[in-house]
Amino acid sequence: MWPERRTFLKASLLAGGGLALEAFIAVPARVLAAAGGAGAAAAAVHAELTAFVSIAPDGVVTITARNPEMGQGTKTSLPMIVADELDCDWDQVRIVQADADFARYGAQTAGGSNSTPSSWLPMRQTGAAARAMLLQAAAQQWSVPVAELTTSKGRIAHAASGRSCGYGDVASAAAQLAPPAPESVPLKQPGEFTVIGRAIAGIDGPRVLRGEPLFGIDTRLPGMLYAVYEVAPAHGGRLVKANVEAAKAAPGVKHVVPLTGDGDADSGLADGVAIVATHWWLANEARAKLDVQWDLSRAQGHSTAAYRARAGEALEKGGGTELRRDGDPDAALAGAAKRVSARYEYPFLAHGSLEPQNCTALFKGGKVEMWAPTQAPARGRELVQKLLGLPALEDVTVHVTRCGGGFGRRLMHDYMLQAAAIAKALPGTPVQLIWSREDDIRRDYYRAAGWHGLEAGLDADGRLIAFTDHFVTFGEGGSTARGANFTPTLPPADLIPNLGFTQTTMPTVLTTGWLRAPGSNALCFMSQGFLDEVAQAAGKDLPALMLELLGERRVIPPFGGRGVPFDTGRARAVIEKVLRTSAWSVKPLAAQTDPAGARRAKGFAFYFCHRGYFAEVVDASVTGTEVTVHKVWVAGDVGSHIINPFGAENQVRGAIIDGLAQALAGQAIEVVDGVVQQSNFHDYPLARMPITPEINIAWVKSDNPPTGLGEPALPPVIPALTNAIHAATGTRIRSLPVKLPAA
Amino acid sequence: MTYRLHINGQVHAVDVPGEMPLLWVLRESLGLVGTKFGCGMALCGACTVHVDGQPQRSCRLPVASVGDAQVTTIEHIGHTEIGARLQKAWLDTDVMQCGYCQAGQIMSAAAMLAATPKPSRDDIHAAMSGNICRCACYNRIETAIRIAAGLEPAGEPQQERDHVA
Ligand code: FES
Ligand code: FES
Repeated sequence: MWPERRTFLKASLLAGGGLALEAFIAVPARVLAAAGGAGAAAAAVHAELTAFVSIAPDGVVTITARNPEMGQGTKTSLPMIVADELDCDWDQVRIVQADADFARYGAQTAGGSNSTPSSWLPMRQTGAAARAMLLQAAAQQWSVPVAELTTSKGRIAHAASGRSCGYGDVASAAAQLAPPAPESVPLKQPGEFTVIGRAIAGIDGPRVLRGEPLFGIDTRLPGMLYAVYEVAPAHGGRLVKANVEAAKAAPGVKHVVPLTGDGDADSGLADGVAIVATHWWLANEARAKLDVQWDLSRAQGHSTAAYRARAGEALEKGGGTELRRDGDPDAALAGAAKRVSARYEYPFLAHGSLEPQNCTALFKGGKVEMWAPTQAPARGRELVQKLLGLPALEDVTVHVTRCGGGFGRRLMHDYMLQAAAIAKALPGTPVQLIWSREDDIRRDYYRAAGWHGLEAGLDADGRLIAFTDHFVTFGEGGSTARGANFTPTLPPADLIPNLGFTQTTMPTVLTTGWLRAPGSNALCFMSQGFLDEVAQAAGKDLPALMLELLGERRVIPPFGGRGVPFDTGRARAVIEKVLRTSAWSVKPLAAQTDPAGARRAKGFAFYFCHRGYFAEVVDASVTGTEVTVHKVWVAGDVGSHIINPFGAENQVRGAIIDGLAQALAGQAIEVVDGVVQQSNFHDYPLARMPITPEINIAWVKSDNPPTGLGEPALPPVIPALTNAIHAATGTRIRSLPVKLPAA
Repeated sequence: MTYRLHINGQVHAVDVPGEMPLLWVLRESLGLVGTKFGCGMALCGACTVHVDGQPQRSCRLPVASVGDAQVTTIEHIGHTEIGARLQKAWLDTDVMQCGYCQAGQIMSAAAMLAATPKPSRDDIHAAMSGNICRCACYNRIETAIRIAAGLEPAGEPQQERDHVA
C-alpha cells in the first residue's frame, strides 16, 4: 500500500534508564512533495519518525502520538497497535502528544483518513522489535535461549526455570542491543492480538470530563491577554481606516493593532484590526467602536444567485474542459434506446467545529511560541515563519493542543497567522486570539458549491451504455479552487464503455477548502442520486444496477496511474452485506403509508473513497415537508481489522449524522456581494439529538491493511436518504439541502 | 465593580463589568476552563453551568445577575452523586469524540436527572436538544444517560453489540 516507504529503527538509553526505540520511515522526496511537505523537498530521502516508544525501569510504556487529535481517535488507536505487538498491558501505556517538528515527524497532518493505513505496518514492527530486544536482554541475563521465553502483559517468563521479570527490569539492558531489522521481526498472527480489536475508551476522556485544560482555547499563560481580529464583512475586503482611539478607550482594552495583510486569506494574512483586552468578551464588545471603513470592491457581484445563474448558463451551453473521455459518449448517447438527464446542485458548507478557531502566541527575543489546535502543525509552522520573516524554522515553536473538532477546517492556518502577527506587534505579551462563532461561520474555507449536468443512455435491454457529467465549479486560470475538484473515477467510470466528464470553472472570492470526505461528500450525492434515476428508468433498483455494473470481481487500476486501485469484489461484498442487514427487498417505489399518513421507504447508496468501501441504507418517512430518518444500516470494509471498535463506531455514527444534517438541517452558506449571510447556529444549524436515527453498523473484513475511518462513511448516507425520499414520495431531490414542496 | 460569586462551594471575588457573561469570568478571571465557549448566543449549550441547580447558558448570563446563587461547573460536578454516575457511564460508553461539547452535555444531563430521575426518550431529547455535539455522539450520549439513570445495564450498549459482521 505504501511501497515507497521503508522503516528503520534506532535504539537508545532513556535519560533515567530504560529503552527508547524510534522507528523512522524513509520517504522519497517526490512522495513528500506530493503530500505538501514542501520544506523537505530538497532532500533526496527524508526520514520521518513514525513511532516512538519507550519503556521505563518501572515498566511504564510511553508512546508518542505524532498527529493531532481532534476526535478521530488516533491518539488512542495508533498506540494500541504498538502496545499489542509489544505485548504489554494497556494500563501500562502513557501517551504523549508531539510538538510540531517537520524534521523529526514529517507533516504530522491529521486528515484524509491517512494516519491509520500509513502507520499500521511500521507501528506493528516497532512494537514487535521492542519486544524482541527485551526478550534478548532477558535471555542474556538468564543465559537461556530466547526461544524458551514468553511474554504476556508486559512481563517476560521462562517456564522451565520459573523465572520472570517485568519489561522495565530489562529495559536498560535492551537499550544496549542493536535493534533488529524491522522486516525480520516476527509479527503476531491476527488471532493473537490482545489490544487491537478491543473496545478501548479514548485516552483523554477522564480529563475532558473533569473539565481539565486540554484544548487550544484552554491555554493559559501568565500575563496573557485576549484578542479578537476584526476582518472585512466581505471576503477579499481591504482595510481603509478604523477608529483605533475609540476602541482603545473601551473597558478592558489594552491594545488596538491594525494589520495590513496581503488581502488574501488563502495563503497569508487578511487585512484586519486586532483588539487586545483583559477578557475576550471585552475585546469583542469593543469591535462596535472601531467603525472601520473597508474597500469591498473586489467582492462586488460575488453572490449565490449570480453563481447559480452563471452555472445554469454554462450547463445550457455545454462543453467545458475535458477531464476524462472513454469510448464515444456522444455517439452512444445519440444511439441510446432511452436517455435520462438531470441537473444536480449543492451549496457551500461551513465546518462549524465546536471549538472556535483560536491560537495562543508569545513573541519574544525574535522567536515565537504558539499553542495551536491545528490538523497540520508543520505547515502552519512554516507559514508563520514566512509571515513573520523569521530566519529559521526553529524560531517558531508550535505546541499541538487537542482540537475541539477539525473536519478539515484546521488544515488551514489563517487563525495561526493572525495570532502570530498580533503577538509580533506586542512582544513579550502572550496573546490568545479567539474567533467568535460569527467570525468562524463567515470566514471559513467552505466546501465549494457545485452544479452538474448529467446524461445517461440505456440500450434496448436496459443496460447503461453511456454517461456524461458536465461539472460547474470554482477556479481561475486553469486551476480548480481548493477542495472543489472532480473525481474522475466516480461510478460508473471504469464500469461502462462510453463516458465523458467535463468541467467549467468560474472565479469566487470565497475561500474554499476541505470538509470531511472532501469532494466525495458532494459528488456521491449527485452520482448515486442520478444513478438511482437511471436504475428506475431501466426498471431496476440501484443496488441491482450497481451489482450489474460492478460485474465480476476484479481490481481496477487507478485512473491515470495515480491513486488507489478499486476492487469491485470489495464493493460487491459491502453492498450485499447491507442488503442483508437491512432486509432490502424493496423494489422501486414500494413505499408504505403508515396510519398517520406518513410515506415511508428505504433508499440505498454506495461509495468508495479514502480506501474505504461503504454501502448504506436509510429508512425514512415523510409527513408533509418533514423528513424523519428512522434507521440507517451501514456496511463498511476498511480492511482486516477494526483497531478500536469504540472509536471506529463513533466515527461512523458521527459521519452518518453529519451527512444527515447536511441534507436535512438546512445547512447552506449563501453569499451576497462577498458577504456571507449566515453567522451562527440559528441560521447555520448543526445536527441536534432528535435528528439521530438508530444506526446499525456491520464490518466486512477483508485481507487488506486497516484504513482510516474519519471520512468514508459519510458520503453514501446523503443519496441513500434522498433516494429513500424519492421512493417514499416520488419527489426527486436534486438540490441540497433537502426542501420538499408543500403538498 | 466587585462581585462575590459562589462557585463550586467557594466564594470568589471578581472585579469585572456587570454585563460580562459568567462564562468569561469563569474561564478568564478564575481559570475554570472546563466550561466552554461555542456560540455566545445560547444556541449550543457548550457553556452550560448550574445556577442553584438549574441549567443555564453562562455565555448569556451577566455576572451581575448571579447574585448569591450557587454556581456549579464541570470541575465540580463529579463531586455530586448524579455527576459521578454520569461521568462513569460516559467513560464506560466511550461517549466522546473531540470532547469539546461534553462538559455542557454532562451539565445538562445532570440537571435533567436531578429533576427527572427516570427520563423517557422524549424527556432526554427535550433536555438535551439545546446541546450541540458537532461530532454527533448523540447515540452514545443517550445511552450513557440511560445507563446513569439505571434504565439500561452498564457495559457495551445493546445497539453496539449487533454490529459484528
Ligand atoms: S456558548 Fe453558550 S450556548 Fe453556545
Ligand atoms: S464530542 Fe466533539 S463536539 Fe461533541
